[in-house]
Amino acid sequence: MSNRDLILNRIRHACTVEYVELSSVPFFHQKNLDILDKFKKVFTEMGGEWLDKDLKNPLKAVNDKLASAKNICSVVSEVKGNYEITSQSSPNSLHDIDFAVVRASFGVAETGSICLTEKDLVVNTLGYLPQHLIVLLDPKEIVENLHDAYARPEWKIYHYAALHSGPSATADIEGVLIRGAQGVRSLSLLLF
Amino acid sequence: MSVNMNLNDDALQHETEPKGAIINGNKPIDQLEAANRFILAQAHEKMHDNRLWDLRKKRDAQMHLIPEWEELRQLASDIKEHTLEHLAYYLEIFEKNAKANGIHVYWAIDAEECNAIAIKIMKDHKTRTLVKSKSMLGEECGLRHAVEKEGIIVIETDLGERIQQLDNEDPSHVVVPAVHKSRTDVSRVFTKTLNAQAGNNDIHYLAETQRETNRPYILKAEAGMTGGNFLVAETGAVVVCTNEGNADLSANTPKLHIVTVGIEKVIPKLEHLAVFIRLLSRSALGSPITQYTSYFRGPRQQGGEMHVILVDNTRSTRLADKQFKAGLKCIRCGACMNTCPVFRRSGGLSYGSTYAGPIGLILSPGYNKHKFRNLPFASTLNGSCANVCPVKINIHEQIFTWRVVLAEKGELSFTKRVMMQAAGKILAHPSLYRAAISNADRALKYLPHFLVYNNLNTWGRQRDLPFTPKETFHSWYERNYMKKGKVHE
Amino acid sequence: MKVGLFIPCYMDALEPEVGVSTLKLLERFNLDITYPFDQTCCGQLMTNTGCQKEAAATEALFVKNFAYFDYIVMPSGSCTHQVRANFTAIEQTEDVKHVRRNTYDLVEFLHDIIRVDAFPWASFPYKVAIHYNCNALRGLRHASMSELREPYFSKPKDLLKKVRGVEFVDLERPDECCGFGGTFSVFEEGVSAKMGQDKVIDQYKSGAEYVVSADSSCLMHQKGCAQRMKLPLKYVHIVQILNGDLQ
Repeated sequence: MSNRDLILNRIRHACTVEYVELSSVPFFHQKNLDILDKFKKVFTEMGGEWLDKDLKNPLKAVNDKLASAKNICSVVSEVKGNYEITSQSSPNSLHDIDFAVVRASFGVAETGSICLTEKDLVVNTLGYLPQHLIVLLDPKEIVENLHDAYARPEWKIYHYAALHSGPSATADIEGVLIRGAQGVRSLSLLLF
Repeated sequence: MSVNMNLNDDALQHETEPKGAIINGNKPIDQLEAANRFILAQAHEKMHDNRLWDLRKKRDAQMHLIPEWEELRQLASDIKEHTLEHLAYYLEIFEKNAKANGIHVYWAIDAEECNAIAIKIMKDHKTRTLVKSKSMLGEECGLRHAVEKEGIIVIETDLGERIQQLDNEDPSHVVVPAVHKSRTDVSRVFTKTLNAQAGNNDIHYLAETQRETNRPYILKAEAGMTGGNFLVAETGAVVVCTNEGNADLSANTPKLHIVTVGIEKVIPKLEHLAVFIRLLSRSALGSPITQYTSYFRGPRQQGGEMHVILVDNTRSTRLADKQFKAGLKCIRCGACMNTCPVFRRSGGLSYGSTYAGPIGLILSPGYNKHKFRNLPFASTLNGSCANVCPVKINIHEQIFTWRVVLAEKGELSFTKRVMMQAAGKILAHPSLYRAAISNADRALKYLPHFLVYNNLNTWGRQRDLPFTPKETFHSWYERNYMKKGKVHE
Repeated sequence: MKVGLFIPCYMDALEPEVGVSTLKLLERFNLDITYPFDQTCCGQLMTNTGCQKEAAATEALFVKNFAYFDYIVMPSGSCTHQVRANFTAIEQTEDVKHVRRNTYDLVEFLHDIIRVDAFPWASFPYKVAIHYNCNALRGLRHASMSELREPYFSKPKDLLKKVRGVEFVDLERPDECCGFGGTFSVFEEGVSAKMGQDKVIDQYKSGAEYVVSADSSCLMHQKGCAQRMKLPLKYVHIVQILNGDLQ
């Protein structure tokens, strides 16, 4: 007998209950919640940097951040970079990027998270190897909570997707918060 | 007064780090011995207690922000119970969907098989360096050591876990592996192993040193490994939660991604995942979510490979044990450790087991009844652990049940056995009991044995003895009531 | 209403005055109270050590002593919990089930069963910190628990509020275990004492003059720690306040 069948047989032997369908999980939506306000609040609490939109020049805050940066890799049409990647780029070649600019598929107000899929990132390591990450997000794509988030289609379409909630962080030494533990040192966001 | 109420940071930085339990083959771990050494390191103990209590407070604060908190816990518990009842069904669905996505799926009966499968995959891919994200299953299987034995360099990518790896110590906590160390302890380790500046215990510097020394390994590794917090059967996906993004770096940079995961981690659907993600980090660290909640449904489109090893390692045995089956609901958040007053004062390494604290008390004897026979006694049965558990495991009740099982299996210590036999006899016979405590002199002589349960020295080492009154309640009652003719049967 | 009074073994021997207060307080409410003379212990010592076999005869004796009462009352949440939740070493006869169902801790009995609305004879003009025994708190639900999202309540506090002058102070860790834990206090002495020391420091910092609890066992341990540390805290069982014994 294969390991697989051995393990499954042991489990079947241990479980004798008839199958009953689980009832579905409620969405727990809150009444009168200002989703955008909540998103901004939690995103900031998680260590994200909120970029304010300039009325005349919406991308000014992004461009200001990039002004003195050396290697800028933008995979969004709205922002121009100087570091080109394609889906064929080797994942570890992205290590010398200072700033990456991407567009998130959606945001989650409850946890201040943004969802970056493999499509958003072009190369998955773009979300982690650069020193800093700038994210554009369509405010219409912010859902209220994680129940909404996991009801989204992305999880069934892509092979990889991650919720980012602030930058890479650790408090492993004496509980002191350090940003930029392994991945990006900062995560900035512009609603655009 | 022997207790220092205001230990300062200076004392902490100058105090030697207490080490964990002495491991001696299959001999029962003496948790108390190690705990006593931990307590002697007063500044470390105080820091440890305060840090974990702080996590508990942050957890409470998050709980109060979520009106449906208790409902979520019930849902999480129900989902886990349901899944465990139909575990074979959901594992097969997971396997089918994962394979359809291009994931290679393996089944390992025990730790040895898990390690062998992982090593074979790595060797087939000519792996020289493995970058690894923290995994309790990996710890349980001794995976890192097994892989290192094959001449493959293994780099832990989580900061806390890396500190522990470099110090040749196990993680002391499932979520914060180096929580028992001061920054000076870390600095010593890094000076010795990472060529860090001696004496520089600045935390930013230490974290940066680890980042910069780890990065080259991440870039050149042929293989990356992660554990799995959840397996979603519906989509065949592996979900990993980290704060450092190190799972994403480990899985996404090398060509090869290997996942080792316990079979109990499967959940039915994405909608269930939401419940667990809402609870996990709030319970663990008191943050709404981990910085990264990563979802791997298949290999990277461009030349990636993904292998998932489903590991049993006693889980199917536990599943058949009605008394302890609920331990399989655990999502490794560590909330029970943070709230446990014994854990906070003992340090995780005192348990001498992969799983420490309350959850460790109920999981460890399932792996080895003899070696871990003392662990279920390292508890006051106060029940706080079960209350913070996001999946409502009846931890304190299982600790209690383990004591019964261990007593039945002859795994009680000699002292406990003899004492309980004597107490059981005396307390069942009013005349023997009365004789034992009939007057103050006798009480002083016998009380310690039958009421204070041990000799005076143990009670009195750090506590004053109770005042011994002139007469017992019983004789007071006899004197005042029986004479009035109020005699009872 | 026939009430059987149980006085826990450690109280019988070491805190008899708490037993006396309990009897005197209950007598104020015109109840038919009996103290069965052949009582010993609830058996928690053996049960919590896993020794079911050794606990059986003690449990049987308890049931024999108390099967004929409508209510069994004891000034201990911990022993009550033992009877109610853990009397499983013996066959579950009708008598055993009756005893387990009808055993109440004094606080529950006063608060839920006879619903005392005043203690006019009592006054206690001091700052008081409440200590909840873990079995009383999480087993009997004497009060809401800090780990759960639930409305606040506290039965001991409700009772003490009916005593003139009591002022409550809050602890930093309101329901952290004090480390007594029965045999834990001697088998795991080092951790137990450390927990006790931390507990009394918390009580001291809260500004409490008295620490009050529905369980003398925890208090013996805390008192032992506080005295050794020379902290000016006094420890009393709740019944001593409710019966007005300390004024």
